[in-house]
Amino acid sequence: MCQVIFVADIRKPLPKATPETQEFWDGVKQGKFILQRCNDPKCAKVYFPPRPFCPVCASRSVSSFAGSGRGKLASYVINHRPAPGFDAPYGICIVDLDEGPRLMTSIVGVPQTPEALVLDMAVELAPTVASDEISLPTFRPVGA
Amino acid sequence: MKRKSVAIVGASETTELGVIPHLSQMGLHADAALNAMADCGLSPKDIDGVATAGQSPTEIAWYLGITPTYVDGTSVGGCSFMLHVRHAAAAINEGLCNTVLITHGESGRSGIGRGGFGGGPSTLGGQFEAPYGIFGAPNTFTIPVLRYMKQYGVTEEQLAMVAVVQREWAGRNPRAAMRDPITVDDVLSSRLIAWPFHLLECCLVSDGGGALILTSAERAKDFPTKPVYILGTGESVETPMVSQMEDLTSSRAFKVSGKKAFDEAGISHKDVDHLMIYDAFAHLPLYGLEDLGFVGRGEAPAFIAEGNTRMGGKLPLNTNGGGLSYAHSGMYGMFALQESVRQMRGTAPAQVAGAKIAVSHGVGGMFGAAGTIIMSNEAP
Repeated sequence: MCQVIFVADIRKPLPKATPETQEFWDGVKQGKFILQRCNDPKCAKVYFPPRPFCPVCASRSVSSFAGSGRGKLASYVINHRPAPGFDAPYGICIVDLDEGPRLMTSIVGVPQTPEALVLDMAVELAPTVASDEISLPTFRPVGA
Repeated sequence: MKRKSVAIVGASETTELGVIPHLSQMGLHADAALNAMADCGLSPKDIDGVATAGQSPTEIAWYLGITPTYVDGTSVGGCSFMLHVRHAAAAINEGLCNTVLITHGESGRSGIGRGGFGGGPSTLGGQFEAPYGIFGAPNTFTIPVLRYMKQYGVTEEQLAMVAVVQREWAGRNPRAAMRDPITVDDVLSSRLIAWPFHLLECCLVSDGGGALILTSAERAKDFPTKPVYILGTGESVETPMVSQMEDLTSSRAFKVSGKKAFDEAGISHKDVDHLMIYDAFAHLPLYGLEDLGFVGRGEAPAFIAEGNTRMGGKLPLNTNGGGLSYAHSGMYGMFALQESVRQMRGTAPAQVAGAKIAVSHGVGGMFGAAGTIIMSNEAP
């Protein structure tokens, strides 16, 4: 199987991990989408972005786990304004993960057009290497 | 809050509007503040409460020579001034102060004396949104709308109608930046900014500001201006990141803020004569009409396309031309409030005849925050 590696332009704004998010960013580098879950069985909320407590019940007892890395394209725009580090036009997308949480991301490996970016299409994690420390949790259409 | 216990007695925008290269942002605050004080015959020594956003209230008080006993630096984006009105009403009722000055100034166009935008790379936005190419509001605030359009079968033509109708209002307003009539075709053939949004569906970028002065309803009777009473107020926040909205087709902050304001005011939607909904982009009046409860889910595009919000319609909306055609400094909420006050005073360029109740609804951030102020010109 051919492994496609997506590499980001160095002028792109890069995330800087905090103690609360380091595990997530380490996970993306290993091709995993780390989610968190409340340990209280009555709550069991799965959430993102990471934080050391449950945003629903405020419990500090939470666990991390590797999510499926799969979801659906929920919404997006195609940016036409010039942007340093990006080749306009490009999509800025929201993906709803199968586990529930949603996130902003890019859909890579397909043309950035309304015809190729179809709402509700199934997508899967396809990280983009942005630096030695950071890979971004970008997605591609399932089967692409 | 207690209905009609507090009134707006002073209100003014900056002397100029649009491109003001000879004033810093701080200068715009001061110009609007001085105009508002002149409007109601007060001087800085009469002011004992200060509220502002985008600039520190400490700077405003010092710059104008005010010694406040009440300070509000709530800064949640463009609707901050709606929240300031609400907090000022509570503070006056509680006796924290007597007379509150709320100021806005923003050198959005010329960038004179203006601070930076956004946070660093370790903020939540820096980690989880900035890497994907969001650069300001035009390609961020707009992201949820495709979901809304798919869910309710909304067409690009219907979205464009929002801009067309607001331009009709702007045509009546000599201070509006864009006054020439436009068609749906004009909107859809204007430059793409962030598909499905075109240039004419995005707000202007202006220099300008405005200021309000509030005091107790009892004291308001002694002012030379027609008091505009605060009837109901609401506020809320949802998320600092648009990608974390609970529902991409609806704003939780809008719903919470709007319901609180209507409950406080004790009015129903049919009582509303005039409506302002902060329109940074063409989809905001759609979300606002639905989340405030004026129409059902998915009904706003047809409601606007059928002419209900235009001149002579049953719900005049954004009668100054809005952020799309009047002016948009960056935190436009102050301009929505100013137009509501003008309509309640009976001094608006496109005056709604006989209007007695006005609703002014603002958004902050990218669906991050909301503030709702309901006003009345009828004495308690």
